Amino acid sequence: MQDDAAQKQTLLGADELVLNMGPQHPSTHGVLRVKLKLDGERVRGTECVIGYLHRGVEKIAENRSYQQFAPYVDRMDYVAAVSNGLGYCEAVEKLLNVEAPPRAKVIRTIMTELQRIASHLVWLGTHALDIGALTPLFYCMREREEILKIFEKYCGARLTTHAFRIGGLQYEAYDTFEKDVERFCKDFERRIQEYVDLLTGNSIWIGRTRNVGVLSAADCIALGASGPVLRGSGVKWDLRKAQPYAAYDQYKFEIPVGTNGDTYDRYMVRMEEMRQSRLICLQAIENIPAGPILGKVGKVLKPPAGEIYHAIEAPKGILGYYIVSDGTTQPYRVRIRPPSFVNLQALDKMARGHLVADVVAIIGTLDIVLGEVDR
Amino acid sequence: MQTPLDNDLTKRYREKFGGAILDAVEDRKQAYLVIDSAQLAEIASYSRDIEKFDLLEDYTAVDWPRREKRFDLVAILYSFSNNTRLRLKIPLSADQSAASLVEIWPTVNWLEREIFDMFGITFSGHPDLKRILLPEEWQGHPLRKDYDILQQDTAWVRENLGIESGQ
Repeated sequence: MQDDAAQKQTLLGADELVLNMGPQHPSTHGVLRVKLKLDGERVRGTECVIGYLHRGVEKIAENRSYQQFAPYVDRMDYVAAVSNGLGYCEAVEKLLNVEAPPRAKVIRTIMTELQRIASHLVWLGTHALDIGALTPLFYCMREREEILKIFEKYCGARLTTHAFRIGGLQYEAYDTFEKDVERFCKDFERRIQEYVDLLTGNSIWIGRTRNVGVLSAADCIALGASGPVLRGSGVKWDLRKAQPYAAYDQYKFEIPVGTNGDTYDRYMVRMEEMRQSRLICLQAIENIPAGPILGKVGKVLKPPAGEIYHAIEAPKGILGYYIVSDGTTQPYRVRIRPPSFVNLQALDKMARGHLVADVVAIIGTLDIVLGEVDR
Repeated sequence: MQTPLDNDLTKRYREKFGGAILDAVEDRKQAYLVIDSAQLAEIASYSRDIEKFDLLEDYTAVDWPRREKRFDLVAILYSFSNNTRLRLKIPLSADQSAASLVEIWPTVNWLEREIFDMFGITFSGHPDLKRILLPEEWQGHPLRKDYDILQQDTAWVRENLGIESGQ
């Protein structure tokens, strides 16, 4: 009798189960390994193992000239290559003490905002797909096609664009650039409405995202989370408004904020950000100043010794470049502050107490790109 | 491009920490303070609580092999209330270990792990200091200047990938 009771105890006893969400997984958005410590289906803790996509980009930077390194930055956050390029070119321009001409700044702003819309579309499609909504993915990819067509007509590439140069732009805006952007933006309003109709009031969507992955504002700041994660938790802060770069100080746009800091709020923040990006593009194309597109920058770049830190509001968060120059043609040290890397640290805090299916929703809402996490 | 800095912020730091503030420089309109590593934790605490630098935006290191204190730990702080940034540079010699700032800014957990991984700088008080981007058994710290661009841990590659590393 005693033995039976003891045996029943061990059979029904709850031990911690470690479940591996392996590097190869459809919902981890890349090669991310998450070790889930579970109690039944409740998550007690997570541990992320990253580095599967580490390519040593910072070491490569020390062995290339400034212009040669520019295509490498596109490949970090490969979903939003134009933003990476903007951050890097502006950082080197600050190091050299040159400024891009006004025409270049406005075209850069338009391209970056289009890229923000494209990045959020990828996020929306894949996030909805992970949670189980199959339709938004196809709709989002359809819109993104239009943006990628504009990029291809502009610089020849859809994804890893290398669109900007140090000092400005290399390519003039092609003849129908303003018309194409205007046509896309005018059409985009009703497309966003389609996504809203599919998801925003949908009881299944609300059930899967409300109160999932709550992160308070204080936790966000302590953990360094930035971008829509920070704004979803109620902090009304955007680097485009706080420390404007490119041509952002010329345009009127709102900063959406959430209230609860849950997955639903971050979804609403990103949807509204897409609307605001569209408004910025419409304002910008009305008045693109005439003039040169490349500033006075020599062929051989040798910034005077020193260092610079420049950060921009990438679609994923604060993307920072810390560049140290020793006076030669190759940078001495390039450090890239990756928003996805820092945001991913918050996964542990957000996932505790939730179910395994919620972990998938939380990874999706953080909007990580492993290229940027690992560099 | 570098000019000595003496604004109100520097005066406050110098008043509080005296000799621990080794230098204050402004380079291309960005301010940085060079501080003594012995007082790192106190200066960090003061920066967060009194000077209101609540966000640690980035934490990294730079290797200057010919200097006596080989490494420069660089912390980039941002204050939401003042909308300003400050850079702190902490010179460290090769065998020195720095205090972990994880109690002050929890974001520094993975950032310190990456510095350890790439440079070999250890942080005392870090809850789980192990490699983050490279495999755990990898030998060598790639971002050091004496690690060649084509160098790899060929033993690890041979053992784990079963191939002869091309380098």
